[in-house]
Amino acid sequence: MFAFLANPDRFMAFSRRAAPAFGALAVLLIAAGLWYSFIAPEDYQQGDTVRIMFIHVPAAYLAMFSYICLGVASFLSLVYRHALADAAARACAPLGAVFTALALITGALWGKPMWGTWWVWDARLTSVLVLFLFWLGYMALRAAIDDETKAGRAAAILALVGLVNLPVIHFSVEWWNSLHQGATVFAAKAENRLPPSYLIPMALMALGYTSAFGSLWLVRIRAEVWRRRAAVLALQAAEG
Amino acid sequence: MNPLLVLLRRELALAWGRGGGPLPALAFYAGVTTLVPLAVGPEPDRLAVIAPGIAWLALALASLLSLERLFERDFEDGALDLLALGEPGLEAVCAVKALAQWLATGLPLAFAAPIAALMLGAPVAIAPIVLLCALVGGLAFAFVGGMGAALTLGSRRGGVLIAVIVLPLFAPPVIFGGGALAQAASVTGGTSGLLLLCGWAAAAVALSPLAMAAACRNALD
Repeated sequence: MFAFLANPDRFMAFSRRAAPAFGALAVLLIAAGLWYSFIAPEDYQQGDTVRIMFIHVPAAYLAMFSYICLGVASFLSLVYRHALADAAARACAPLGAVFTALALITGALWGKPMWGTWWVWDARLTSVLVLFLFWLGYMALRAAIDDETKAGRAAAILALVGLVNLPVIHFSVEWWNSLHQGATVFAAKAENRLPPSYLIPMALMALGYTSAFGSLWLVRIRAEVWRRRAAVLALQAAEG
Repeated sequence: MNPLLVLLRRELALAWGRGGGPLPALAFYAGVTTLVPLAVGPEPDRLAVIAPGIAWLALALASLLSLERLFERDFEDGALDLLALGEPGLEAVCAVKALAQWLATGLPLAFAAPIAALMLGAPVAIAPIVLLCALVGGLAFAFVGGMGAALTLGSRRGGVLIAVIVLPLFAPPVIFGGGALAQAASVTGGTSGLLLLCGWAAAAVALSPLAMAAACRNALD
């Protein structure tokens, strides 16, 4: 798939149709997911606030998923020196930062009624916050170097350093303090798993978020490609 | 004579030659620890609880200070181009530069750390473990910070940017060091924090020269 899309013309032709298709899919999935979120039964402990889970957990998952996307794009741009991979990495960063911020904000809104506080220095909250700081550092580094090729490569090195470090940060923070509930979607014991009435809206929302991310990412890569083409044309016009 | 040894001596001479070597970092460290009681209040009970952690955190911040000049001076005057062409390889050069950074500022700061902790009211028994954490942690900070310094070469705002990039990477060593200090202060004891800190520092020393060299090559192209 990477080899096929590595050709910029083929990528532009593909993304022209794929971006709106993913967008439409996202609308459908999120609409269905919201419907199921509201008809899901109340939790016996958390009451109605359990519905925040359906917008919080997919955002948290996408915060990590988008970092993996950034890592793959950075790896491809660093190893193959491919301009499209660099454009993809650049386009990914603000989206990842927004999904990470969304996970933090919805988490705070859920934490207030459930834990009685907006924020606790718990392992998962802290590691997501560190992830958010990573996104900011990535974008700041990119913005501070004038030469775009060099900025792209320096940012790619940082992204890969981050990819190596994120699991370490995750486990170190876990070692430090844990209060957040454990994983329930893929829990080993059957009684800890999420019941189907919650699993359906969660899955729909997760898929919907992913399609929305895919659509926005493709749109942003297209805009980046156009921006670069416009810059080249402006340079040619100035020289010619 | 081994070229890397020559390089190490040159780096140390340069660090001491202008700017007074570790003195600015030590002054910063003293300044931060002085402001802590002013901010949280002078009650010995309250200070004693946070003393080892503050001494440890201030050390992490102080180790950021002189990073900006680690590669930039050689980058600007062309010495880095020559070092990149040389026999030992840019990875080894970067490792030596980070090591010199630790010897020039990390080591003196490490000996200041127990003094700062004691002045803030930490028990004397904890001083050796503060020193040990500061020695090992300072090595990790120098190598990880070197990565930030190399990545920001040729950027418009070096200093702040290095801090923004490097501080999230400091999370694991700060946690492990803080854990080691907490374990030393607790009745149950335990050395897992210190061991994890040592492991993390070893990984940083082994791996970060690769990233530093890649970032330097990118800036030199």
